[in-house]
Amino acid sequence: MKEEKKVSMVKLFFSMLTISAFTFGGGFVIIGMMRKKFCDELHWVTDDEVLDMTAIAQSAPGALAVNSSVIFGYRIAGLKGAILSAVATVIPPIVIISIVAMIYSSFATNVMIKTALQVMRAGVGAIITDVVLDLGKNIFQSKNLVNIVLMFAAFIASWFFGVSSIALILIFIALGLVKTVVERKGALL
Amino acid sequence: MILLELFFVYLQIGAFSFGGGYAAMPLIQTLVVQQKGWLTMAEYADLTTIAEMTPGPIAVNSATFVGQKMAGLPGALVCTLGCVLPSILIVLLLAWLYTKYRDLNVVKNILGQLRPAVVAMIAGAGLTIILFAFFGTSTLSEISLSSIRWVELGLYIVSLILIRKFKWGPIKIIFSTAIVGTLIYMVL
Repeated sequence: MKEEKKVSMVKLFFSMLTISAFTFGGGFVIIGMMRKKFCDELHWVTDDEVLDMTAIAQSAPGALAVNSSVIFGYRIAGLKGAILSAVATVIPPIVIISIVAMIYSSFATNVMIKTALQVMRAGVGAIITDVVLDLGKNIFQSKNLVNIVLMFAAFIASWFFGVSSIALILIFIALGLVKTVVERKGALL
Repeated sequence: MILLELFFVYLQIGAFSFGGGYAAMPLIQTLVVQQKGWLTMAEYADLTTIAEMTPGPIAVNSATFVGQKMAGLPGALVCTLGCVLPSILIVLLLAWLYTKYRDLNVVKNILGQLRPAVVAMIAGAGLTIILFAFFGTSTLSEISLSSIRWVELGLYIVSLILIRKFKWGPIKIIFSTAIVGTLIYMVL
């Protein structure tokens, strides 16, 4: 048991380190990568937990990448896991920025780097599509029509009307509260 | 002394940037460029470019950039620590509450209700990236079908098949698209 824990801490550290080092495209991409690694591949967390933890990470200040690595780390291996994950997540930016800052002008004007960064988005887009297909399938399979409609409503609100994530989270928390109150009344009657 | 100052400025950036990178940028500009004068506007513009071209959150990237410039490696470490400390503490508290109370009915309902919204937010981020890959912009009014980049479209479809049918991992996909795509553009 103890042995197993040790192995998983090393694995946790290097998984977080690799995810942080190679994830271009922002916080939600990181979450997609973490889902693939820790849910699909290692089965350390469930799909529902991924979504719960994303909502929580989004509710705290700071970078989504750091927040999500802390909460995933905590869920997987407690306080030690959380701190280990945070450290693993900030090491790549420190190293990469230190190097890039020194060679900035040749880096920023290099055509090959520019092209690579541009085409990379196609791959990143495919990764996110895969994650969204899996997560969306869960929502559809729940056969909860209200949630399916709400998912599309939330998408339209955030993408087309620029409603912020914080506002969306607050609205959906309110909906959850209303649901609880309504259900409790139903049970009382 | 400068280390302490760096730490506290980045502590503020970490504590008050709700909503990720787009919230952090104006905060960095106000505190680091205007108030402290640690970066010139030109350096700030460089920082933005670097942050876009490298992995990692913009706030954390800027912490290393500014800290390194002002006080070398210790500066970079102190700024990064200040930047992530509020996140770590607040998220730990929330994570502990989550573990403890997630089986409560009301918490279950709220979290269950949040799930469709979270899927929608991830889908939104994905669509933005895909549009950027295909058209070089994610603003709908600037998109025209004639400006589609066929190479990226092809790479996207192949990547998606490799992920879903052949179970390729994300890192392998990112590297492969970067290498294959760059080669195609060099040949074209």
